[in-house]
Amino acid sequence: MAKVDIGKKILSANETYALRNRELLARHKRPCFNIISSPGSGKTTILVRTISDLADRVRIGVIEGDIQTDIDAERIRATKAPAVQINTEGACHLSAAQVNHALDKLPLERLDIVFIENVGNLVCPSAFELGENGKVVVLSVAEGDDKPVKYPAIFAKSKVLLVNKIDLLAGGAQVDFDLDRVRADARRLNKGIEIFPVSAKTGEGMQNWYDWLTDQIH
Amino acid sequence: MHETALAQGLIEVISQEAEKRHAKPIRAKISCGQLNIVNDEVLSFAFEAATQGTRCEGMKLQIEHKALQAECLACNQTFAVDLAGVRCPSCGAENFRLLPDAPLLLEEIEFEEGVDDGEG
Repeated sequence: MAKVDIGKKILSANETYALRNRELLARHKRPCFNIISSPGSGKTTILVRTISDLADRVRIGVIEGDIQTDIDAERIRATKAPAVQINTEGACHLSAAQVNHALDKLPLERLDIVFIENVGNLVCPSAFELGENGKVVVLSVAEGDDKPVKYPAIFAKSKVLLVNKIDLLAGGAQVDFDLDRVRADARRLNKGIEIFPVSAKTGEGMQNWYDWLTDQIH
Repeated sequence: MHETALAQGLIEVISQEAEKRHAKPIRAKISCGQLNIVNDEVLSFAFEAATQGTRCEGMKLQIEHKALQAECLACNQTFAVDLAGVRCPSCGAENFRLLPDAPLLLEEIEFEEGVDDGEG
């Protein structure tokens, strides 16, 4: 025996769990979105504001991924929404198996939407399917407008791009950020991507995101 | 550093195949697309580290990158895409659609000839 053709997917163990998660969420008819960004772009702030603003219409549950601490889950629970914290203990991304165990702890029957907030990292999380219905990439204006070109994978794979902290662009000169460049670069990689400029702090632009989100509920 | 997780996944699949054949794996060839974002040096290092003490220890890893393909929406040509600066090589248009990226695949394993590793 020498060379043997194998042709097996290397991440098949992760994909098995991702499929299980997808089936579980589909059975409950719960849309699920995997939020990915660099650390500090405002993922949790966007979630907290979204949960609060939609509190009387949409029931949201959150799976929080962080290397350590449950600071983010606590921020979500302060809104009264259920949150399950996953600590990856050093790993740079969430795996579908971790999400599978976390989904067991969420009251899916009493939710309309599930969010997975991935570990803050613009690269690794994009390579691991979790069973979500779509990825939402968050880019804050302070990070710079070259990110879609420098980190194309996540922009090519996402359904939605939230350009956050646009309040920093008001009044000029605080941050150099060309929104049109980001739009053009992201759309070049991904024709169908929805782009919503928002400020989770002031609420500006959030309504467009809410309209898209509520359209996803079955 | 997701390469650590990839290395572990790879060792799992190789070990299963080696167990089936009662053979010692000495080389593996894998392939990946552009959107898997695999860095050869990092993956090779992670693989070497993770194989210590396993039946995969000492294996050579060969990594093949498959180009991401796109379809030009102006002239319908299919071309290999460089995400850093993309236009259709045939007609120069910047209007294109990305085709599905190649998955992370274990293509082949080479086993030591005629040796039973005794672990099966």
